[in-house]
Amino acid sequence: MFPNKYFEPDEKGYYGKFGGAYIPEMLYKNVEELRVEYLKIIENVAFQNEYQNLLKDYAGRATPLFFAKRLSQKYSVNIYLKREDLCHTGAHKINNTIGQILLAIKLGKKRIIAETGAGQHGVATATVCALKGLDCIVFMGEKDIKRQAPNVARMRMLGAKVIPASSGSKTLKDATNEAIRYWINNSVDTHYIIGSVVGPHPYPDIVTRFQSVISLEIKWQLKEKIKTELPDYVIACVGGGSNAAGAFYHFLDVNSVQLIAVEAAGLGVDTDFSAATTQLGTIGILHGSKSLLMQTKDGQVIEPHSISAGLDYPGIGPLHAHLFETGRAKYLSATDDEAIAAAFELAKLEGIIPALESAHALHALKLLKFKPSDNVIICLSGRGDKDLSTYMKKMEE
Amino acid sequence: MSRLKNLFQKKLAEKKSVLNIYFTAGFPKFESTLEVMHALQDNGSDIIEVGIPYSDPLADGPVIQASSAIALKNGMTIKNLFEQLKDFRKQINLPVILMGYLNPVLQYGFEKFCSDAAEVGVDGLIIPDLPEYEFESEYQSIIKKFGLDFIFLITPETSEERILKLDSLSDGFLYAVSSTSTTGSENKTSNIGLYLKRLRNFNLKNPLLVGFGIKDKSTYELACDFADGAIIGSAYIQALNSNCDTNVSTKLFLKGIRD
Ligand SMILES: Cc1ncc(COP(=O)(O)O)c(C=O)c1O
Repeated sequence: MFPNKYFEPDEKGYYGKFGGAYIPEMLYKNVEELRVEYLKIIENVAFQNEYQNLLKDYAGRATPLFFAKRLSQKYSVNIYLKREDLCHTGAHKINNTIGQILLAIKLGKKRIIAETGAGQHGVATATVCALKGLDCIVFMGEKDIKRQAPNVARMRMLGAKVIPASSGSKTLKDATNEAIRYWINNSVDTHYIIGSVVGPHPYPDIVTRFQSVISLEIKWQLKEKIKTELPDYVIACVGGGSNAAGAFYHFLDVNSVQLIAVEAAGLGVDTDFSAATTQLGTIGILHGSKSLLMQTKDGQVIEPHSISAGLDYPGIGPLHAHLFETGRAKYLSATDDEAIAAAFELAKLEGIIPALESAHALHALKLLKFKPSDNVIICLSGRGDKDLSTYMKKMEE
Repeated sequence: MSRLKNLFQKKLAEKKSVLNIYFTAGFPKFESTLEVMHALQDNGSDIIEVGIPYSDPLADGPVIQASSAIALKNGMTIKNLFEQLKDFRKQINLPVILMGYLNPVLQYGFEKFCSDAAEVGVDGLIIPDLPEYEFESEYQSIIKKFGLDFIFLITPETSEERILKLDSLSDGFLYAVSSTSTTGSENKTSNIGLYLKRLRNFNLKNPLLVGFGIKDKSTYELACDFADGAIIGSAYIQALNSNCDTNVSTKLFLKGIRD
């Protein structure tokens, strides 16, 4: 089921030179417990059965692979949208939270914490906590609490406590810092459900495995539709990189499939307001792993900018740093304005309002040169309801 | 013999506890670093722990986060710190250790960091997010080459096997975190005696200093009942926050702890 020769982490969690577990001793016991147990737990047959059942009956998987006809005509290529936006709670994030809540229960934990940017991971975490009756605390940057208000309301209705992170840029990085600090202070009975393929080993691998269902489905769905499992392109947006990791996973060792990741350029990569980590970052350590990181020459983390809260993060997961460095995946970027334009285009051509994050992936259609016969998969990671206030502002302009 | 070894030998012989005070370099003002070090020496600290500010200090509570943010705003960097520390050994003879997160140290260059630290007269290093496997495979030899002591942290959750390992890798002293928490938190010190007594039974090669949540005379004395001394950080930073002259606030603070 997990076939990748070149892109699995080693025992210490390194993908090439990226990864590892750079954590203070106060977290050692929890992270080590996870490292020792995670494969045993998630490869267990009973665990897999429960996980698959919940993906199907609760999250609503398999999500459709939709042939986007009018979009395809416009770009003279065959475009298929992987509809993660149709998952329960509206984004791919729930694939991971279902898996991790089951993992937390197996580890005997009583309380769940999470960080969130756009609020999708927070909602997906609050949802599974309600489902399983566990306490839930979500850390969210003050700035994001304002710009993603509907998701804050959803988390509260689901019974989660939302704690504002008011340090630094008051966005995803700071929410993650606060979650980690809370975990240090409450290490015994708490599991931290990280929302992307970031954090100390084994988190990047755990989240990648739980998201890999995206590419597993793409393979059989494409085969049903066009008699081949292998597309020519897979395109996904990258914040920390979990929807991209899931969409790429089963194609990593198949070099004929071009993997395209799209980062948030913010106001532009040559401005001080960007989140395009592969273009602006250098090797460094953030949130417990060695990866690419936007930082000053003194090693202080630079506060990123993106209109999309889910991509407003100064790092990427270590798997992505490795895919970037080896050239296995290509990293493009979309500015705030380009993402907005792509969102409106999809709404008008296909009747689908995408999340701002996913809209970044759509912009890649303008950046790539396709053959008309190419089959292109775009991971539509989430739906746009949470971003309506941003979209409405643009309509008024 | 290293300054730290010397200090502990002397204090153990005198049956006295060792007090290590942490402060953030470049706080409250950019030029405060040396002034604070002088004040600590003049008012009876035994070890000076200089914190290197970082934008994302994961193991720190609000007080040290805030002092780090101010120090960074003041322009503190590793380069500037070594510049400030260039001649400190002319006047300060206490053991001095640097505490910082790994990322800024890596960007500065690990070897250059150790070399510059040794050259100005620093005695030891604490890097709380440096994993011990990487310490062994990459950094131990560099640290040894420059004659620096490296100090690991242990917590009440650290297993016996791991405590023994981290003790064997440490020099100078071993840093026993009083409870599994971030710095400056109100800890649940109720079990601290049990925890420290257990450590005593392991026959560690290093002296033990207790840190996190040590903030006044009673918490200091409780720690010293069971260990060789204690480390104070957040509470001292708060004392520096008052508008008094550095020497006055340091004097008052240390008097409160030791008298
Ligand atoms: C819809 C959607 N897509 C993408 C992301 C970015 O996360 P990742 O890069 O881990 O997929 C988020 C994060 O909040 C999101 O909500």
